[in-house]
Amino acid sequence: MIPTLAGRLQTRIFLLATVGVVLTALIVPVLPGTTGSLARTYGTAYLILLAVAVVGLFWELLYHLLMQFRWDKDWPTLFGLVTIVPEGLLMWVLLEQGLIPGVDGPVAFSTFATMFVFVWVGQWLFANGPMRVVSVQWRLRGGRIV
Amino acid sequence: MLQDAGIPVYDVPLVSVGGGFGSFTLLDVLRICGVPASAMRVLSNSDTPWQTWEYLTRVSQLPPAERIRSDAGARPDNIWGFPSYAVHEAWQDKSPKLLWQVLVEPVFTDFFSPRAATVFATVKREADRISYWDMLLKGQVRMVRRRDGGGYFTLLTPPPGSSPTKRVAFRSQYVHLAVGYPGLKFLEDLQQFRETYNDYHRVVNAYEPHEHVYEFLKTRPGTVVVRGAGIVASRVLQRLMDDRERHGLQTRIIHLFRAFVTGPHGRGPWMRRDGGDGWAYQAFTFPKSAFGGQLKARFRRLEGAERAALYKTVGGTTTPKLRRWQEQMRTGRQGDWYHPMQATVHKVEPTPDGRLVSFVSHGDGTPGHHVSDFIIDCTGLEADMPEHRVLADLLEHGGARRNGAGRLTVEESFEVSGTASGNGALYASGAAVAGNHFPAVDSFLGMQTAALDIAADLARRGFCAPLGSGRSISQWLKWATGRRI
Ligand SMILES: Cc1cc2nc3c(=O)[nH]c(=O)nc-3n(C[C@H](O)[C@H](O)[C@H](O)COP(=O)(O)OP(=O)(O)OC[C@H]3O[C@@H](n4cnc5c(N)ncnc54)[C@H](O)[C@@H]3O)c2cc1C
Repeated sequence: MIPTLAGRLQTRIFLLATVGVVLTALIVPVLPGTTGSLARTYGTAYLILLAVAVVGLFWELLYHLLMQFRWDKDWPTLFGLVTIVPEGLLMWVLLEQGLIPGVDGPVAFSTFATMFVFVWVGQWLFANGPMRVVSVQWRLRGGRIV
Repeated sequence: MLQDAGIPVYDVPLVSVGGGFGSFTLLDVLRICGVPASAMRVLSNSDTPWQTWEYLTRVSQLPPAERIRSDAGARPDNIWGFPSYAVHEAWQDKSPKLLWQVLVEPVFTDFFSPRAATVFATVKREADRISYWDMLLKGQVRMVRRRDGGGYFTLLTPPPGSSPTKRVAFRSQYVHLAVGYPGLKFLEDLQQFRETYNDYHRVVNAYEPHEHVYEFLKTRPGTVVVRGAGIVASRVLQRLMDDRERHGLQTRIIHLFRAFVTGPHGRGPWMRRDGGDGWAYQAFTFPKSAFGGQLKARFRRLEGAERAALYKTVGGTTTPKLRRWQEQMRTGRQGDWYHPMQATVHKVEPTPDGRLVSFVSHGDGTPGHHVSDFIIDCTGLEADMPEHRVLADLLEHGGARRNGAGRLTVEESFEVSGTASGNGALYASGAAVAGNHFPAVDSFLGMQTAALDIAADLARRGFCAPLGSGRSISQWLKWATGRRI
């Protein structure tokens, strides 16, 4: 991908609000390690998703800065996949420390990891293909939606 | 007036002049935006959209099975770039290796690029699908002129015998120009040699057929001087080196760089391009983001001198740093048969035994001379734009202006500035509009960008439907299932 900063931020929010929301809805009922009601798990899952969006905006700033060291000012497909590691770790730490507002009570690692990987990979695949069909201009204007 | 002169006039809402990838891409987008084939005509002296490109790639040593210089998502037959050429070829070859390559490019492998043959085949399929052949009219376009009542007349000379009159005219509200490169550019000293000694055999341009050079070298050991530092120089070197290896030849190569790049270069860590051994390295003709990212946005924002300065920074001659080429050149340097060096050539003369001698100044200022059997000029394709008659006429009579790079000035919609005619509009894409707000115009993706922007402008004028998400998705489904539109 060859994002601009505005494109990064917009794409992050757009994908989480669409693909992320749908994939979360699909995965929650089959997540391992959950306790309590399904409604409660959904609540927790969407709060985590929201946190990924908010914290993600800061990650995007960092990625944009790092991208400046690349002559092509591009963001290889692989980077979009492997950034799951730092982002996932940070999110897990925030969760463990109880720093995600609204999430009370512990979340099992298996629950978190399954959801995180599923949603991340799904979004990554979407951004590397079908997104180009949803908006023909998207890839030609640095990932901006508007 | 035309009728008085006995020239028949045909009415058609939109005419595209050229019939290469530029015309093809625009018609593809417009057909997808709901314009019927009957409302558009392509006027071209080519039988297929890929004819000129096929010729130029073949002579410049890129045969159909070799990989071109654009990324997986730049596919002229598919405006969405999805699925990419990598997926297409992986499916066709049943080769997951190609998928692995696009996954880890450009960090752990070279960028994926499709084979030239893939481009021909897929464009053929798309041309069939959009009824391209029904829109194509053969002939040589002479000029495009504004009409008093608005719109344009385009004057065409059909192939001899195919029409009762020598000329025919098309009256249209819209015209699109995509005439490609005006001609070949030759290095001054080489052109002088060719004219003085009438020798077009030993001094060749890489964009001319020059198979005889490789054939000669198969018959006896020889020395070739290669001049240039771009992708074509790389390809010519590859051919010479492949042949050397394959046929056990003794070819010596003297490679003259006008500017010799010794390493990474640029203003600072945020603007540093890779380079070395003479070359400036870059995967594509511009940094990747110039095709649709940060650099594209920057070019759009800048104007005048600032834009020109950015062109200077990111433009220029480059070649991709492909692992295979690096390996071949290393072998050549070690084996003492490939000699890259900085040199300015002053003149070329024949030797008494029928060879060539290039008189040069080397990088450190010392004079020297190099004797060779052939000289291959790999420095340029693009001649001065007004060498193209239609463009020259447009500059002289049509209100068009040149930009700082000597090309046609266009608006952000790719409408040629100063050429509006009543309710009509004249657009251009490809090499003729380089140096404007969008650097990568002369590329597959650039041509698609122009086509989409032109289509958006035409939608605003009511000529076609806008390409929103709904239409995009439904049209993509048609594309994917091969439904004719
Ligand atoms: C060797 C080479 C390799 C390239 N590789 C790539 C690549 O890998 N990736 C990439 O993105 N880009 C590549 N390009 C750049 C660009 O995409 C191609 O050159 C592309 O073919 C340009 O399309 P075009 O329509 O502007 O010109 P062309 O395809 O050349 O079409 C112009 C057509 O107009 C016709 N014409 C001109 N004047 C008249 C007239 N008066 N009347 C009738 N017809 C006329 C010509 O016959 C020609 O067929 C390459 C270019 C070259 C030269």
